[in-house]
Amino acid sequence: MEVYILLGFVLLLSIFLGLELISKVPSTLHTPLMSGANAISGIALVGALMLSAEGQIQNVLAFFAILFASINVFGGYLVTNRMLSMFKKKS
Amino acid sequence: MNMLIDITIFQNLVYIVSSVLFILGIKMLGKESTAVRGNILSSVAMLSAVSVTLIDVDIGITIIISAIILGALIGSVIALKVKMTAIPEMVALFNGFGGMASFLIAWSQFTDTQPALLQNLLIMITIYIGGITFSGSIVAYGKLSEKINLEKGSLVTNILVTFFYLSIPALLIMMFAPALSIDSNFIFFGFLVLTVLAGLGFVMPIGGGDMPVVISLLNSLSGIAAAFAGLLLLNNVLIVAGSLVGASGLILTIIMAKAMNRTIGNILFVGYASASSSKSEGEQGEVKPITAEDAYLILENASSVLVVPGYGMAVAQAQHVVRELGELLEENGTEVKYGIHPVAGRMPGHMNVLLAEANVSYDLLVEPDDVNPTMDTFDVAVVIGANDVVNPSATEEPGSPIYGMPIIEVHNAKTVFVLKRSMSSGFAGVQNPLFFKENTRMLFGDAKESIGTVVSEFKD
Repeated sequence: MEVYILLGFVLLLSIFLGLELISKVPSTLHTPLMSGANAISGIALVGALMLSAEGQIQNVLAFFAILFASINVFGGYLVTNRMLSMFKKKS
Repeated sequence: MNMLIDITIFQNLVYIVSSVLFILGIKMLGKESTAVRGNILSSVAMLSAVSVTLIDVDIGITIIISAIILGALIGSVIALKVKMTAIPEMVALFNGFGGMASFLIAWSQFTDTQPALLQNLLIMITIYIGGITFSGSIVAYGKLSEKINLEKGSLVTNILVTFFYLSIPALLIMMFAPALSIDSNFIFFGFLVLTVLAGLGFVMPIGGGDMPVVISLLNSLSGIAAAFAGLLLLNNVLIVAGSLVGASGLILTIIMAKAMNRTIGNILFVGYASASSSKSEGEQGEVKPITAEDAYLILENASSVLVVPGYGMAVAQAQHVVRELGELLEENGTEVKYGIHPVAGRMPGHMNVLLAEANVSYDLLVEPDDVNPTMDTFDVAVVIGANDVVNPSATEEPGSPIYGMPIIEVHNAKTVFVLKRSMSSGFAGVQNPLFFKENTRMLFGDAKESIGTVVSEFKD
């Protein structure tokens, strides 16, 4: 029980931290921020790797959880990088 | 045993480091000068968190490697092939995948052991948020790529919406199922299916023009789902990274809703149709069409031009020819700016990405607040496939459904060109008095062709 309260605390603080950090993002970066955040939500990959794999169902679930999360990670970081490399300021 | 404890401690230390890197990464992603490094930093955080998790896994190594390789392939192909005009639907799809991953994690945890009350509660919440994010994002993807055309009020939509409302009490029951001594795999599978149907019903009634809000919200939810999966697995890096995504999506949602002067609740559950008492205006006046050749003559003599793009520019793929026109105007000694409304297009920042792809320098892009006070100094405002975001009803007509929405006040410019395919009204279904203003000239036809003609006139 105690550990859940502690981690719930971490969750709330992280949300507030996130709101503070990103509150003044320029509109030019709205799309890259969203796709970059998309890649970060691929952190579910860590969760997927922690799953146990007893029976067949669990193995199938683990496979697909890893698959979807990896698509997010690789796709998200690559497309964000591709987009950001297009943003240029003419000198 | 001792060895095992050491591994967990080491893993948790690395998780702390990668949490810090994620925080710095997303902070840097919010500034133009540091965005590229921020993205790289966050990918380093991801790599270290994943690597350290791999030290000690239960799942077979072949399953892990094949799933990661397959995921990397699919993700990379999508990321490298996607056209910039299709970014909104790609982001929608990725949001959905993130939600799905958390959904599957919680499902697997349910099959693991008979969960205690608190664990069961977290499992159900994670399944619910993940499932809604997944299927809701699939609908958003379908709407953005114009594969789904179901609108509000159709029979299928109504049925799906009913599932959405049913899912809320269902979630509450499932959360406390062990206490109510409901214990059946059959009911659990029913709940899985219901959450997916509920996600369809959540997004289906929402129209295309409100997608910037929906897509931001789904982005936020995909992070929240991961954070709850983190609570479930007692993993702090999942919680921190998921919460950051949740927060960033929430901020974008709020920015988008503000830019429409509507509440998030109104956008999600009411929509424009019922917000309007749509009294049809009698005095509309005359529309004054103009040819591309005449438009050229006016543009050639202009000393300052404001380009205002909208979703129509994305549809016509006109961003490159727009940039070409901008360059020719600048060579001609004209000052060119691009006025970008936050909700122009189908996702936050959609227009900025398209213009960046076409090589328009981002310091030429201005926001409504920057440009409205000096609007009367612009000789020509060129509206390309934008409608509601330049509708003067928002400032002039208190009865209008869009009254109060911040707009780009192009009607105050000396001359306004509106490039449009037909006289149809915008997404909000509101007639646009701009088209009938004294200083407005309508340039009908495909935006790409029209601008192409102006460009070739310039070159002659």
